[in-house]
This record gives sequence, structure tokens and C-alpha cells, in this order.
Amino acid sequence: MRKSNPVRSGLLLLILGGAVGYGIGLGIDLLISHSLNFSGSVSAAFALLLAVASFFFGVYGYRGITRGLVWQLVGMFLGAFFVTGMRVLMGKEEIFGTFFFSEPAWVLGALTGVVSFLFGVGALDDWMKWVRGIDTPEHHEDMPGWEKYFYVSLDHKVIGIQYTVTSLFLIAVGGTFAMIFRTELAASQLQFLTVTFRLFNQTGPQLYNTLMSLHGILMIISILLGVSGIINYVVPMLLGARDMAFPRMNAFAYWVAVPASVLMLMSLVLGGFDTGWTGYPPLSARAPVGMQMFFLGVFTAGWSSILGSLNVIATVLRMRAKGMVAMRMPIFVWAAVATSIIALTATQLIGLSFQLVMFQRLFGMGFFDATKGGNPVLFQHLFWFYSHPAVYVFVLPGLGVISELLPVFVRKPLFGYRWIAMSSLGIALVGFTVWAHHMFTSGMNEYLRVPFMYSTLLVAVPTGVKFFSWVATLWGGKIETPTPMLFVLGAIIVFLLGGLTGPPNAAIALDLHLHDTYFIVGHFHDTIFGGFVFPFFAAIYYWFPKATGRRMSEYWGKMHFWLMTPSFLVLTFGMMRIGLLGMRRRIVDYDPALGLDSTHLVLTIAAYLIGLSVFIFFVNFFRSMKYGEKAEGNVWNSRSPEWQVPSPMPAHNYEVPFEVVGEPYDYGLPGSKYIEFISANGKKHHHDEETVIHGA
Amino acid sequence: MRHFVIVGILVIVMSVLTYAGLYAADLMPVAASIQAGYIDWMWNLELIAMSFLFALIVAPMFYSLVVFRRRKGDTTDGQHMEGNTTLEILWTVVPLFFVVFFAYFGAVNLSDTLRKDPAAMVVKVTGIQWSWSFEYPPIDGIAVVSDELHIPVGHQVLLQMTSKDVIHSFWVPEFRVKQDLVPGRITELRISPSLEGNYKVRCAELCGTSHYNMEKPVVISSQAEFDAWMAERRKEAEALQATPEGSGQLLVSANGCAACHSINGAAGIAPTWLGLVGHEVELTNGTVVVADDAYLAESIREPQAKIVAGFETQLMPTYGFTEDQISDIVAYIKTLK
Repeated sequence: MRKSNPVRSGLLLLILGGAVGYGIGLGIDLLISHSLNFSGSVSAAFALLLAVASFFFGVYGYRGITRGLVWQLVGMFLGAFFVTGMRVLMGKEEIFGTFFFSEPAWVLGALTGVVSFLFGVGALDDWMKWVRGIDTPEHHEDMPGWEKYFYVSLDHKVIGIQYTVTSLFLIAVGGTFAMIFRTELAASQLQFLTVTFRLFNQTGPQLYNTLMSLHGILMIISILLGVSGIINYVVPMLLGARDMAFPRMNAFAYWVAVPASVLMLMSLVLGGFDTGWTGYPPLSARAPVGMQMFFLGVFTAGWSSILGSLNVIATVLRMRAKGMVAMRMPIFVWAAVATSIIALTATQLIGLSFQLVMFQRLFGMGFFDATKGGNPVLFQHLFWFYSHPAVYVFVLPGLGVISELLPVFVRKPLFGYRWIAMSSLGIALVGFTVWAHHMFTSGMNEYLRVPFMYSTLLVAVPTGVKFFSWVATLWGGKIETPTPMLFVLGAIIVFLLGGLTGPPNAAIALDLHLHDTYFIVGHFHDTIFGGFVFPFFAAIYYWFPKATGRRMSEYWGKMHFWLMTPSFLVLTFGMMRIGLLGMRRRIVDYDPALGLDSTHLVLTIAAYLIGLSVFIFFVNFFRSMKYGEKAEGNVWNSRSPEWQVPSPMPAHNYEVPFEVVGEPYDYGLPGSKYIEFISANGKKHHHDEETVIHGA
Repeated sequence: MRHFVIVGILVIVMSVLTYAGLYAADLMPVAASIQAGYIDWMWNLELIAMSFLFALIVAPMFYSLVVFRRRKGDTTDGQHMEGNTTLEILWTVVPLFFVVFFAYFGAVNLSDTLRKDPAAMVVKVTGIQWSWSFEYPPIDGIAVVSDELHIPVGHQVLLQMTSKDVIHSFWVPEFRVKQDLVPGRITELRISPSLEGNYKVRCAELCGTSHYNMEKPVVISSQAEFDAWMAERRKEAEALQATPEGSGQLLVSANGCAACHSINGAAGIAPTWLGLVGHEVELTNGTVVVADDAYLAESIREPQAKIVAGFETQLMPTYGFTEDQISDIVAYIKTLK
């Protein structure tokens, strides 16, 4: 059954598994609460877990990701029952909780579940062998075809694609949540997320808070995964390396993100959480169990960021091709390094801040509880110390993609390469000094806010260097606009809007009006779409032929762009407008007297159009893998090393190593070369370029 | 050279048009405080900067997309222009200057909004899930507590704020300034009301289920109207304080019970109080009890003891009321038939 049509068996088993899980959950709930809760959490949780595991079982069988998920389930129950047993032995009054297990049981269960997943999927196999004194081969042969993507692979290209597809999945889920609450927000007064509506043990407004919070964190995690996807796929190729410095750690860093995502999604059915992704106590200290799933999910996903960044820095420092001095690296590598410096050093702070709230909940340690001598504002400092630099993790790679792709489609050198390279590092550095601009209304010291205004405005300087350089790169070029270039141009414009709406937020007194309104929501959607989403799409359209040997459809790519961009601009302009007029953030309903109904309707329509454009992209993406126009050469006529070898990229990238003999972006300089392949007898020869003129 | 002149003109025209458009769009609500005046001045400065910078990038971009487009049949590359150090230094130093300029004016702007009036009227603000409570300066030992904020025009008010549970935030868009309410601390906000009218304060920091609904009226009136309102409230408070039901009503108002329990029968987060006393209620464990005085008192003391079926997703907090306060509140609830 699996071989003939895995997707069909997967879907069939998804429905079956879901139904069985639902029944089991209903039964357990009946035993505990003595009532049939058809829309309750326990049945939903079991249904979800069994459905997902069954789906992968149908598609893939009991190995790889399926085994990981099954072990996560088993591990979770073992851990939770362990704690439950302890509670019995300790003579606790309440052995169980609202969602069957008590909160401590769920927390330990979630943790043991993650560890079990990693064992089950096989991400720890080689290391476990070493512990037992057994040697493992340096390189593992991957399964042929699509099956390798559901298994542990040490190949950075496979891992890059795994990251990218997981990112796209989370974007789809997070985007769907947004469309649900945008539908409610289209008109004032509650239409369906009402106080009497009930799902997963939450009323309408409670469910809104959960969906909104999950929209935020799922999108953020999808960005981190997408960034890792591009970086892992592309950086070794750009450097001339055969893989990353630490392939096993690379695989681990990817696979740890899967159980992390499962935990975050589980929060939906464990009472949800009502704090937004920012999780401020005291509210987060009193939120339902779903809050802990969120905290642990993010904590776990943080390991992916930290370990992935370590790998990138080591790779760039030690595995560059001969002749590739720092100032002759492709510019994207600079962006990847700057990003990794941030992710490596700052991520710990969000883990810490969440851990402290978890301890406050579990052990009564009053870090943020004023009655115990704690201070709620401390959380905000710890949280934002990561979460601001995090946004530069989100956008620096995308800005690197823009810098990397512009020269190819303009046939001109990247203007001011060194300055652009340094600006990435500059943004990373200054980005560490601005965090309290998220806290201007928090009750922090009045005048301590002023230095943060200075540092926040200062980030505009290296960012401006990038913008001016991009304009100067376009100037005097020979511009063509296939789909990747359209997304690059869109990225520049959208990120510009995001960047321009930054300084008003930096001005403290003005921020008092703007903070916690849709003006901020518009600002960060602009910066995120401009700095990540648009470049992410550009990168996928651009490197798709390198990965698959086929092109995505130009027609549908352009359709995606022209549907998404105007809708998105309408969305963010609309958001900023209503924010200025009094529309607060994170609310499921708004006062009709504000007169914002018609704008909200427009925003909802825009959101749906964006959703449609992304759907078009998904269809294009998956169909083109099988049916896309063949594109096995240098499709974009790029000077970059990866395009000088055939597509799809060979298993170990460069069978013949290359040496860097010139500047990366010397388009327009006759006779100039960037790389030369070193043949076996030491003689260098230049690989014949296929002068494929890509269509307009 | 010709290109630069055309683009230069385009940038200027686009800046002016963009700024004019943004200005005409009337993007801010009416300004009802002196602080709003300062903040709107800063906003206007930012509009100018945003318009200019937008034009500065977008005009050359679009110009390039048209003029420097690859013509059909042209397979040559673009100009080999690697960089220009002078330009780089220029577009690093000039923005740096503007950073200092804007930060300086931002700091001055901030201190303008923080200007203290020593004769400011102090109002103690308490935020509680999901209601506002305002305590006015006591006169003759009576401090009016209301869920409405009234302030006389032209008279600065100093809000001293705290929260009873989670972080909330005080914001009236027409006043512009915003300040969080933090449990365990007192935060301050100064407002100098300048335009009479009816406004609303809405919580601006996510505080749980009914954050979206956490709003109360704010009224700027003339000094005379304010004095009259206060006198009425004082008389009302005196009368209410005399009876148990009245005291109960004051407690209910000060603690935001109505955010969850309606008094008019409307469905809400918690059971309505209208006609509750003496009624039969079904609990989550299936048993049916009568909502008598003892039941109500227990539910205030220990909210999780007996939860009505259908309301278990939103748990009521404890308030630490004394026994006398509890019996006053029960007395008040009994009046709602």
C-alpha cells in the first residue's frame, strides 16, 4: 500500500488514526470527568497526536520521522506517568489535572517526549555508537528519491530542504490561524468566536488569544527554520565545501525543531495560552497548561538556532575554498555569519526568561511575583534582550539574499561590497543595544529610555548603507525581472516601509501612542515580509533549479508575486492607519464607535488574497518538482560557484575543487573570472559556461 | 548626468507629494491633551523624514527599472561600477547626523510631555482583570471611587496607577500618552486635558480573556461640570456607604466584577447575577444546588469550590475580601431581581 501511493495511504491513516485517537481520548475523559466532552481537549489532543503519527506511518512506515513521533508519544506518557506516580507517593491531594495529567506531569512528559523523539528518529544514533566505542562512517549514503527527507540525513542539502519544507508547513498553519481570526475581525462585534462558543476547553475570546499567540510563535519559528534552511543549503556551496563542518550536529539541529513544533501545536488543545508569543508574567504565570507547552516548545527550538549557528561559523571559518579570503566570499556568507553570531549568543536569554516563568509556575519561585519580592519588568528585559536581536536573525539572511541576487539580475557588481559586508556585522552589533525600545511604557526608569532611543535610531545607519548600495547596484545596470528578481525588488520596497516606520517608534513620546497598536503590527509585518518572506520566496524560486534540476513555473511565480504584493501593501498600510486611530493589538473585537469596520473588512480580504497567493506558490513548488521545465545548467547565468556545476547539485557538491581567482561580482568586466576548477594534475581550467539567456 | 537631474527632481516631487498626502490623510485622532500637541509635532517631523527617505530610495529604483531595463536582444552586461568611497562615507555620516538630530529632538519632546504641574490632581488608578477603578482625592474623609475617569479641562491630572493582578496599560488615543500598570508597583502618567469631550480608556497590554473589552469612559469637562459630577458622586457614596447593599455595590464597582458577571442577564464569562439568588444552578460535577447566601459567600471566598457547569474554562480569582465585605456584596447581589 505504501509503495503505490504513500500520500493516499497517509491521508487514509490520518483519518483512521484521528478517529481512533478521538475515541480513546473521549474514553479517558469520560473516566476522569464522568462526562462526554465531544469538543473537549483530551479527545482533541489524542486525536491530533494519533492522526499525525498515523499520517506519517501511512506515508513512510515505521521509521525515521514516524518512529520519532511514536517515541515522542510514548516518551511523553512515560514521563508524565512518572511524575504522576511521584505525586501519588508524595501523597498529593490532586494527582491529576484539568487535562488528565497535572501540569508538572505534562512538563516532564513534554521534555522526555522531546528526548525520546530524538532517539526514535535516529538523530542520536552515531553519537550513541561512539559512546559504546563503535566507529561510524564519515558519510552516510542517503536513500534514493523523496524517502531521504523523512529520515536523518547528514547531507546539508537534504537538511536545508527539510528545514525549508518544515518552515513552509508552519507558515501554512500559522497563516491559517491568522485567516481564522481575521475572519472574526472583519466586522465589529463577535460573530463566531463568541463567549458561548466552545472548542478545546476554550471560549471564543480565549481561543482567539491562543490562535493569535500561536500565529505569532509559529511564524517566528518558521522564520528561524526558513533562515536555517537557506543558510544550510546554500552556504557550503558558496564556500566550495562538500558539507557543513559538523554534519551530525546539523541533522540534530534540524530534527530537534520537529518535536518543538509538536509541543507548540499541542498547546492549542491543552487549554491554549492567552499571553501572545511574548509570554509576559504575571499573566503567563497564571495561564493554562498550554503555556508550558509553548515555553518548552520555544526553549527546545532554541537549541536548533544555537547549534545551527555554531555550525555555520565553524564552517565559514574553516572550510572556505582556496583563495577565498574574507572579502572574496559571496556576500550572503557575511549575512549568514552575522546572523549566526546573534543566534549563537542571544538565544539563551529567551530560554532563560521562559525557564524562570516555568520555575515560578512549578516551584513557586517568585522571580516575577511582586508579592515574593520579584519584578515583572525583569522578565521583559531578559526576554527582549534576545527577542530584539532575534529580529535581525530574521532579516539579515534575507537582506543577504537581496545583495546576493541583485548583481545576477542587473549584470553589475554589487555596489560597495565591503561596506555591505560590514553593515551586516554593524546591524548585528548595534541590534544588541536596543532591546528596551519594546518597553518604553513598561514602567522602566523614565530617562533610561533615552539611550535606547539613540541606539535604536543608530541601527538606521548600517541599514541605510544597504539600501543606498542596492539602489546604486540597480543604477546603470541591465535589469531583468524573472520571478526571483521580482521578489527581491518587492523585498526592498516592503523592507523600506518597515524600516521607515521604525524611527517614529524609536521616538519615545511618540511611541507612547504607537505602542501596542496596529501601527506596530504593520511595522513588523513590513520588516518581516521585506526582510524574510519576500527574500525567502526569491531564494526558493532562484535555487529551486539547483536543488531539483527543474524550474518553477514563471507564469504562476509572477501570479504569486502580483497577487501577494499589492494585497500585502494594502494590509500593512491599513494596519498602520487603524493603529494610529486607536486600534489596539491582540484584541478579538473592537468598538464599532471607532469607525474602523470598513478598513478591517479590507484587511481581511487582503489577508485572504495573500493566503491564496501562498497557496498558488505551494502548488507551483510541489508540482514543479515533478513536472517543472528541465533546467540543468546555469539558468540565471550567475558567476556564483554553485551554478558552475550541473543541477541537481551532485551529492558531495564539487567533485573537482575550485580556487577563487577574482571578485565574486565582477559582471561587466570582460574576461574576469571568479573561480577556476583545479583539475587533478594541478592545472586550473575554467569550466565552460553555458550562456543560457534566461527569459525576461 | 542627465539621469541624476531627472531623478533629483523626481525625488523632490515625490517627497512633497508623499508628505502632502500623508498630512492630508489626517492620520491621528483629535488631540485632547497638551501632551498630544507635542507628540503630534514629533509625528509631523517623522512624516517629513519618512516622505523624503521613501522618495529617495523609491524614485531612483523605479527610474532604474524603466531606464536601465535590458532591451530586447541586448546581451551585454551593465556598467562595471564597484563602489565609490566618497559616496559611502557621505551616506554613512549624513544619516548619522540625522540620527543625532532626531534623538535630540526626541529627548526634548519626551521631557515636554513629562512636564510637571505641582497643582496636578492626583487620581489613583487600579487596573484589574477586566475593569478600571479610579479613586479621586478625598474631601472631608470621603474619597469618590468610580469606574469612570472625569477630569476638568486645563487642569493637569497625575495618575498613580497599579494593578491588582497582571500587567495592564492605560491609554486614551486622544491623549496619546500610554503607561503600563504593573502589579506591586506604582507607575505614573501625567495628562493635561485640553479639549472637552467624551473619550474611552481601553487597556493596551494583553491581560487575558477580556482584554479586548476592558474599557471605561473618560470625560473631560469644564471645572464647574467636574465639580458638580464629583459632588453627585460624593453624595452617592455617602448614601451607599450607609447600607450593606450600597457598600456591596461600591465594592463590586471597585473590583470590576461586572467584567464577568453581568447584572442585566446578559451571557458572559461568568453567570449573570440577575435573579441568581434563590435560583437552582448545576455544578460541573453534575450536582444541583440552590444559589443561597451561603453558596454565594463561599463562591466569593473560594471561587473554585463549586463551579457552575459551562464556566470551567475561565476561573475566578480570589480577592481577599473580609467577611463583612463578602456579606455586603451578597446583600447587593440579592437586590438584582
